[in-house]
Amino acid sequence: MATPKALRQPLSLQIGSAGFLAIWCLLAAFPIIWIGVMSFKSPVDAFAANPFDVVFGPETLARGNGLSLIDIVVGLVVLWITAKSAMGWLPRMVARYSPGGLIAVGWIIGALAFGIAFVLVFFGLLPILLDALNAITGPLGQPILGLTTEHYQTVWVENAFYRNFINSMIVTAGVVAISLTVGTLAGYGLARSGSSLAFWILIIALVFRALPHSVLVAGYLPVFINSAEILSPILGDNAPTLYGQPLAVIAVLVSINQPFTIWMLRSFFQNIPAELDEAARVDGCTHFQAFRWVIMPVMWPGVITTGLFSFLLAYNDFLVTSLLLDAQNQTMVPAIAGYFNRETTTTDQVEAVAAAVSITAPLFLLVMVFQRQIVSGLTAGAVKG
Amino acid sequence: MKFKTFAAFVGPSIFLMLLFIAAPLASVFVQSFQSTQPVLERVEVETCTPGFPTQTCTTEVKTRPLLDASGKIQTTTEWVGLESYANVLQLDRVGQALADGAPGRILTIDFWKALRFTLTLTLVTLPLVIGLGLALALAVNNATKRLRGQIIFVSLLPFIITPVIGALSIRWLFIGDGIMTAALEGWLDRDISMFAQGWTIELLMNFYRVWHVAPFAFVILYAGLQTVNQDTLESAIIDGASRFERLRYVIVPHLMPLIVFIALIHLMDCYRAFEEVVGFSSQAHRITLQWLTFDLLTPDDSGNRSISRASASAMLTMIGIVILLVPLLRRTWRDHRGA
Repeated sequence: MATPKALRQPLSLQIGSAGFLAIWCLLAAFPIIWIGVMSFKSPVDAFAANPFDVVFGPETLARGNGLSLIDIVVGLVVLWITAKSAMGWLPRMVARYSPGGLIAVGWIIGALAFGIAFVLVFFGLLPILLDALNAITGPLGQPILGLTTEHYQTVWVENAFYRNFINSMIVTAGVVAISLTVGTLAGYGLARSGSSLAFWILIIALVFRALPHSVLVAGYLPVFINSAEILSPILGDNAPTLYGQPLAVIAVLVSINQPFTIWMLRSFFQNIPAELDEAARVDGCTHFQAFRWVIMPVMWPGVITTGLFSFLLAYNDFLVTSLLLDAQNQTMVPAIAGYFNRETTTTDQVEAVAAAVSITAPLFLLVMVFQRQIVSGLTAGAVKG
Repeated sequence: MKFKTFAAFVGPSIFLMLLFIAAPLASVFVQSFQSTQPVLERVEVETCTPGFPTQTCTTEVKTRPLLDASGKIQTTTEWVGLESYANVLQLDRVGQALADGAPGRILTIDFWKALRFTLTLTLVTLPLVIGLGLALALAVNNATKRLRGQIIFVSLLPFIITPVIGALSIRWLFIGDGIMTAALEGWLDRDISMFAQGWTIELLMNFYRVWHVAPFAFVILYAGLQTVNQDTLESAIIDGASRFERLRYVIVPHLMPLIVFIALIHLMDCYRAFEEVVGFSSQAHRITLQWLTFDLLTPDDSGNRSISRASASAMLTMIGIVILLVPLLRRTWRDHRGA
């Protein structure tokens, strides 16, 4: 349908709005993409004043780390094929081979296998192949773009960043699992009960949501540090010191996240017609059975969305984890603070950049896969409330 | 739903919130009136150095912490009333500064410095966030359908990125002779170092806040734009309303509840600003209220955490949150009674 003439916009407005969007996209993505570029260069290039030096990395090239034209083309083709098959081929395979009802497990196994295969091909097979190819193609095989992965190697292998990664994964997985379990129950209860009590619980949760986290941590710290003494009358000599325990941090983050979780899940539950559980109740289900077998199967989109936000809270947290965990159990985000505290050489700084990019990459993938859910989660609370 | 079933569903969540939110709050409140200090004893120590014909011996009185049976430092906890609050607020220095006619000196005290910065950050970024969010929502609504998904994807990045890393990524553009600093120097033809003085850091921190929060405002307002009543818009056109008038009298009033919602969330979150200070390492120049509490909780060089002062500062931060929340709660209460 053609737009009526009265609604058609003048050219200047169209150009203006397109230009504005272009500038915003540049502004939004530039810092993030730029640290990605910086992390692959030698320190001199990474902090060079001339942007072209940062992109092409002459210093990195001079030190013998570079990619030839062939490398770039082949690498891009492999990346493109990977992206394509991740979008098309992988979902089909998962759908075909995963047993009925276990599609989630199928996805986890499929994604893992796919990821491992990609790493093996891209970092294992491809360099060997390309080295041979570069040697025989002459000028096309000359390196032109400086690029080095040494900072990633230092960060992940020498500085044992994988430990922080594992800790992060433990904390986030724990937080997401527990806060969804507890939150769906509460969200369902609150959505289906019209009582005054439910209203007051929600209001108090709203107040709790506004609390600065440092206020709460000031309450935890003395108790957590002395918990062995405080708990010893009850638990005897086995009383644990909660300070530094990932489990304690999981409990803390779940609770801090609880107000937000129950608000969001409640608004998703309210979208599910109450007639559905009434029908189940008529058929003889208890409340809990109706919740488990009738409501939960249609609730997955809401649960996934809320889970995403729980994940973000736990993954991005700096304050709670840096104060309540000790150095051995540190998660990724506070660990990065260690890099810029000893910011003495530019090499340390580029390592910090590489660590930062390592933390950001999973988030990047997350937005790619779950963009729709994130948007629906953001609007769920707002548009109706 | 019977009360018993309701309780069974809500119980675990309530238990967690009571144990890990309400209880710490109460304990922080109590702690802020207490002070825990190591028990000190004064002992006379005689130190002798070899000499001729006899040793030279000096006796001096030393204070040292008393150790308990397991070798830990013994501590006592006593009630100190409002002393911790006085330590944080330093009202005597404030009075002194006012009496001297130099109110600027108040801002050398950590708490007032943090309060000033937190409030300016909140108030400066609020209109910018809403303005930018609205402009983005309108522009995306205007863009071709095919591009919208990609634009939303890119826009979500600053919102989803770990706040500390978002701040760091902007800082790395400017650090030393980074590309942005070099570009600015070339443009303004003067030597610039962004992290040597307070106001440039403050500028960057404001920029970071807007960059980080505007996508949130954008997504919500964009969703709101989809529900604008097209009939009202068309009748406005027939009545001869210009583009701006349509925006001013039809679209913005429709979005008003959402704008209020964004403003409230922004006020709450910005008042808790913390990650910027870590990311920009701005503690020498600019600090926020939450960072102040964080700093007091971090062990100092001798490994002590000033828990009671941190509690006092946390309670003072709370007062601000309560003031922010009162209008919201009053409105919800009115809605609830009306419903």
